[in-house]
Amino acid sequence: MATISIRDVRKSYGTTEVIHGVSLDVADGEFIVIVGPSGCGKSTLLRMVAGLERISGGTIEIGGRVVNELEPRERDIAMVFQNYALYPHMTVFDNMAYGLRIAGKTKQEIRDRVNKAAAMLQLEPYLERKPRELSGGQRQRVAMGRALVRDPAAFLFDEPLSNLDAKLRVQMRLEIKQMQRSVGTTSLYVTHDQVEAMTLADRLVVMNSGVAEQIDTPMAVYERPATRFVAGFIGSPAMNMLPGTVDRSGIALESGRILAVPEAERLETGRRVLLGVRPEHLKLAAANEATFALGVTAVETLGADTLAHGRFEDSSGDFVARLPGDAKIAAGERLPLAVETGKTHFFDADTGLRI
Amino acid sequence: MEKRVTFDNRLLPYLLLLPQLLVTIVFFFWPAGQALYQSLLLPDPFGLGAQFVWFSNFEYLAGDRYYLQSFVTTAVFTFFVTLVSMSAALLLAAMADQVIKGAGTYKTLLIWPYAVAPAVAGVMWLFMFQPSIGVLAFYMKAAGFNWNPILNSTHAMTLVIAAAAWKQISYNFLFFLAGMQAIPRSLIEAAAIDGAGKWHRFRTIIFPLLSPTTFFLLVVNIVYAFFETFGIIHTMTSGGPGQSTNILVYKVFSDGFVGQDLGSSAAQSVILMVVVGLLTFIQFRYIERRVHY
Repeated sequence: MATISIRDVRKSYGTTEVIHGVSLDVADGEFIVIVGPSGCGKSTLLRMVAGLERISGGTIEIGGRVVNELEPRERDIAMVFQNYALYPHMTVFDNMAYGLRIAGKTKQEIRDRVNKAAAMLQLEPYLERKPRELSGGQRQRVAMGRALVRDPAAFLFDEPLSNLDAKLRVQMRLEIKQMQRSVGTTSLYVTHDQVEAMTLADRLVVMNSGVAEQIDTPMAVYERPATRFVAGFIGSPAMNMLPGTVDRSGIALESGRILAVPEAERLETGRRVLLGVRPEHLKLAAANEATFALGVTAVETLGADTLAHGRFEDSSGDFVARLPGDAKIAAGERLPLAVETGKTHFFDADTGLRI
Repeated sequence: MEKRVTFDNRLLPYLLLLPQLLVTIVFFFWPAGQALYQSLLLPDPFGLGAQFVWFSNFEYLAGDRYYLQSFVTTAVFTFFVTLVSMSAALLLAAMADQVIKGAGTYKTLLIWPYAVAPAVAGVMWLFMFQPSIGVLAFYMKAAGFNWNPILNSTHAMTLVIAAAAWKQISYNFLFFLAGMQAIPRSLIEAAAIDGAGKWHRFRTIIFPLLSPTTFFLLVVNIVYAFFETFGIIHTMTSGGPGQSTNILVYKVFSDGFVGQDLGSSAAQSVILMVVVGLLTFIQFRYIERRVHY
């Protein structure tokens, strides 16, 4: 049990800086998910906390102790790797006991701890097997068990579910969440999957090109994305973005068409902005109440939902509306759509920051 | 599904195999057959005639003190050459595995000795350690050590072992390094996080995972020490002083071509063939089982 505090942490390879000063305070027992596209520096950040990468600037504290210069083994952490990193020549039991043996625990205590973790992860029948005799999900559990038995100050997860198939991933996601809840150990979890991020996190860290763009609860990130990047990254299908200028009666798009958006009144006229609308915040409306009409180019029926893809005359790209599954829509139609009140987002066209 | 190549022409597959078969027959089966046949003959020293003597060449060897001594010499030589060259290579590979800057240069330098022919290596070492003109021998003597591989059996043995092992280090190094780099980085990291220090990681993770490589190298090194060290022995000690570095493969040569006892020489090479065959069989049969793949 411990807090983790990351202060203005930077990482450079030679003269190239890849992490530009990230700060984050993790409370005791909190589950933090670091999410971002590949190459955003999320894994590097985690590896710096683990002690597998040197810290070029700033400080990292675990449990109130600065760990910058400490070896991984002195940091009292456990890590679950993407490829599980199980020792292939050892049995499941030995894999889990490895760290405990090094720590000099007694045989009895090792057996007790491993058995307890094995019971928790339903691994009891497999303790004498080698990793290669296990399925992907079981290997993942062993990797978690290995972290669990050590009862560390913090768990670090590096994309632990990305090698599993979709169904297993959903199941293991729940198990990780439950396990973390029951032991209450502070956790840092890295993923590129926004669904994992949303479902697991107490708080999310959305990273992009070495910068933490927003740190907040999943719902707050969803409802009030701090930047244009966060808005596009969290939520599926992604938020629609329309470049335009604030006009007296709404937002004037590049094509000259004006969308009547009442929320735009608080912005000064003439300012260049991005209007963001989530696909799920659009609804079918009567022609006279519609904010605009969308020329449908393609329809995806998902059962529960129907996704209507369309295009504005200007260059703003694909525009998606998420409509109820029973909506009867065909490509080629012009669809009158209204934006739910209060569900618009504005971002500065130059800085990308939320207005 | 099994992949099978089919030929329309019945002769073509045999024609394609012919070059390889010819090489094997001319350079292996024929000489081996000749050796087997000659091991049953007792030729006169001038090679004018030969008498068929059944197994008396073998019987004679069984009672030959020098021949039995050569077995012991070979065992000692092989054991130390294998031990020294493999452990030195393992150490170097473990260190090279951690080098990041200039890793290529280190590797190239460490692989160079392999390009040196055994006889050349032998001559080089001989010069360095020659008691009267050798550079290193000079310093050893200056340090008060009475170094003389020309007269002292132990010194001679040490010298040929060192030269033979040195020559093989590069080869072992290359395989050990490749083996180490095939171990996923995350395994080492996981062990580091689990609290294992460098030495413990090496002992419990890296070394066990290297066992297929180690086993392969063990076989290769033993065969190397048995056969390919001929050039080193020949240039450095010619089996002496006394018989102290006269390993089996060298004795085959010296008894046959120097001593002109072709029958005994042939019998020795037959025995050598059997011994190496047996050794390899034992290794694959018993040791391989303990290897984690």
